[in-house]
Amino acid sequence: MGEKRPTSFYVLGAFFCLFILFLYGPTITIGILSFQGPQGGLTFPMNGMSFHWFRDLFQQQAVGDIWGSFRRSLTLGLMVMITTVVFSVMGGLAFRKRFKGSTILFYLIITSLVIPSILVSLGVGLIFNQLGWDVHWATSGFGSQLTWTLPFGLLIMFAIFNRFDPSFEEAARDQGATPWQALRHVVLPIIAPSLIGVALFGFTLSYDEFARTLLTAGSYNTLPLEIFGMTTNVTTPVLYALGTLTTLFSFLIIGTFLAIALVSQRRRARIISKAGRDVA
Amino acid sequence: MPDDVKSWLMALPLVAVLAFFLILPIIMIVIVSFWGATEFSIYPAFKLENYQYMFGSPVTYSVFLKTFIYAITTWFFTLAIGFTVAYFLAFHVRTLTWQVTLFLVCTIPFWTSNIIRMISWIPFLGRNGIANTALINMGVIDAPLDWLLFSDFAVVLAFVHLYTLFMVVPIFNTMMRIDGALIEAARDAGASGLQILLNIIIPLAKPGIMIGSIFVVTLVMGDFITVRIMSGSQSANVGRLISNDIGLLQYPSGSATAVVLLLTVLITIGIMLRFVDIRKEL
Repeated sequence: MGEKRPTSFYVLGAFFCLFILFLYGPTITIGILSFQGPQGGLTFPMNGMSFHWFRDLFQQQAVGDIWGSFRRSLTLGLMVMITTVVFSVMGGLAFRKRFKGSTILFYLIITSLVIPSILVSLGVGLIFNQLGWDVHWATSGFGSQLTWTLPFGLLIMFAIFNRFDPSFEEAARDQGATPWQALRHVVLPIIAPSLIGVALFGFTLSYDEFARTLLTAGSYNTLPLEIFGMTTNVTTPVLYALGTLTTLFSFLIIGTFLAIALVSQRRRARIISKAGRDVA
Repeated sequence: MPDDVKSWLMALPLVAVLAFFLILPIIMIVIVSFWGATEFSIYPAFKLENYQYMFGSPVTYSVFLKTFIYAITTWFFTLAIGFTVAYFLAFHVRTLTWQVTLFLVCTIPFWTSNIIRMISWIPFLGRNGIANTALINMGVIDAPLDWLLFSDFAVVLAFVHLYTLFMVVPIFNTMMRIDGALIEAARDAGASGLQILLNIIIPLAKPGIMIGSIFVVTLVMGDFITVRIMSGSQSANVGRLISNDIGLLQYPSGSATAVVLLLTVLITIGIMLRFVDIRKEL
């Protein structure tokens, strides 16, 4: 510290700030524009300030079934989140040892990540169609979204287990713990804080998922589908108001997850330092 | 119980999901790509017409070319921007707390809605948008530029906006693992900043660069919605070709295009994977 910064620091720092502006600028702009007056349009100048467009959102007839689609997206997000966490942990545990066929399974996971989303949408839609089942957001939509969230969950689990110190588990086993006890009382508590990350990915990727849900949601839209429908026929700032609200909701969710991660990390640091003192 | 069986049992839920919602759909698409279609329905058959029609149409080639152009242009910009941002975070930000904080600031938009982020460009790029107004006020241009919104420019801009993060994260990750002693040793031996960048940092960050590239290239090649919204339906890539067929209930012809797209994407990734062992890099 105190060392003089090279010129490159300031140049790169300015570049970084521009990048952040590029990332957040548009979102902030529609945030401001969503407060347009009742006569205002989709671009500046502001035609007065009002909550007009937010009020519009709460009147069903103006914009379709926004709240129904929000409820569905929320439910689906929670379903996907829980499933992603559980399946990823199990998959991650399986992958700690190389097993017969693990390479193929690994490439299958990568395929799930890189396959163009519209193929999942189309394929799942066709299968349900041929089986004579109705597509529904909670069945076909749910499964299609898992093909997107599970690879992320698993990649995070791989990263976690690659950094995992196996000596804790060995110690537990040396003391006579069964594999299940070692898992339940040693491994899971250690990886628990990282699972918050998996949960965050699971929920947000589902909540915002569009392409894989497009042909698999059935007659009841999820929120992103509803918003997409609006882009083609709504030409008032009500679109911005909705965008602002759902972005705020996302921020709230992200903030909550990050806060939980931070608190659990602090708590663990305290426990470890206390344990250190006790030993001393 | 043998260990292999135990591992498969643990992975079973995952395998079941992928089997039913990934493998089966792919097989189904391949099968349907040989089927026939009437205006309202599809029927089982084995005909090559869908493929013959696709490969016989000049539109197919121009659309595939366009898809590649989008992918390469976006790849170039996301790599240039993503590498610079990751480099700044890894080597110029000094405390871990700040690194993590700034890194999170870069990542948060990823967890918000892509569609909203696309729409957010409208007030910037429109005829009376911020960009045009600013340029006119500065006297750079006399009349509003028409090509800012609903154009290939807007499509690539949105791609870069959405996907640069996929470069930042893996590159930052590999850069953080570079041993500081290596850089110090190079500096002691008289290497300039540029030499350190070219001879140490870039070679060691290569796995991150490759992983980011795979993400960006596949996301862009498989996209259909960004192109539709940002080009105002004026440009087409392969994804839109498929989604148009779906809209017209021409599932067999859409499936044939989908099969070719999937093969193209897999071959592209196969080539890229030759340069990096992903499993080792996590």
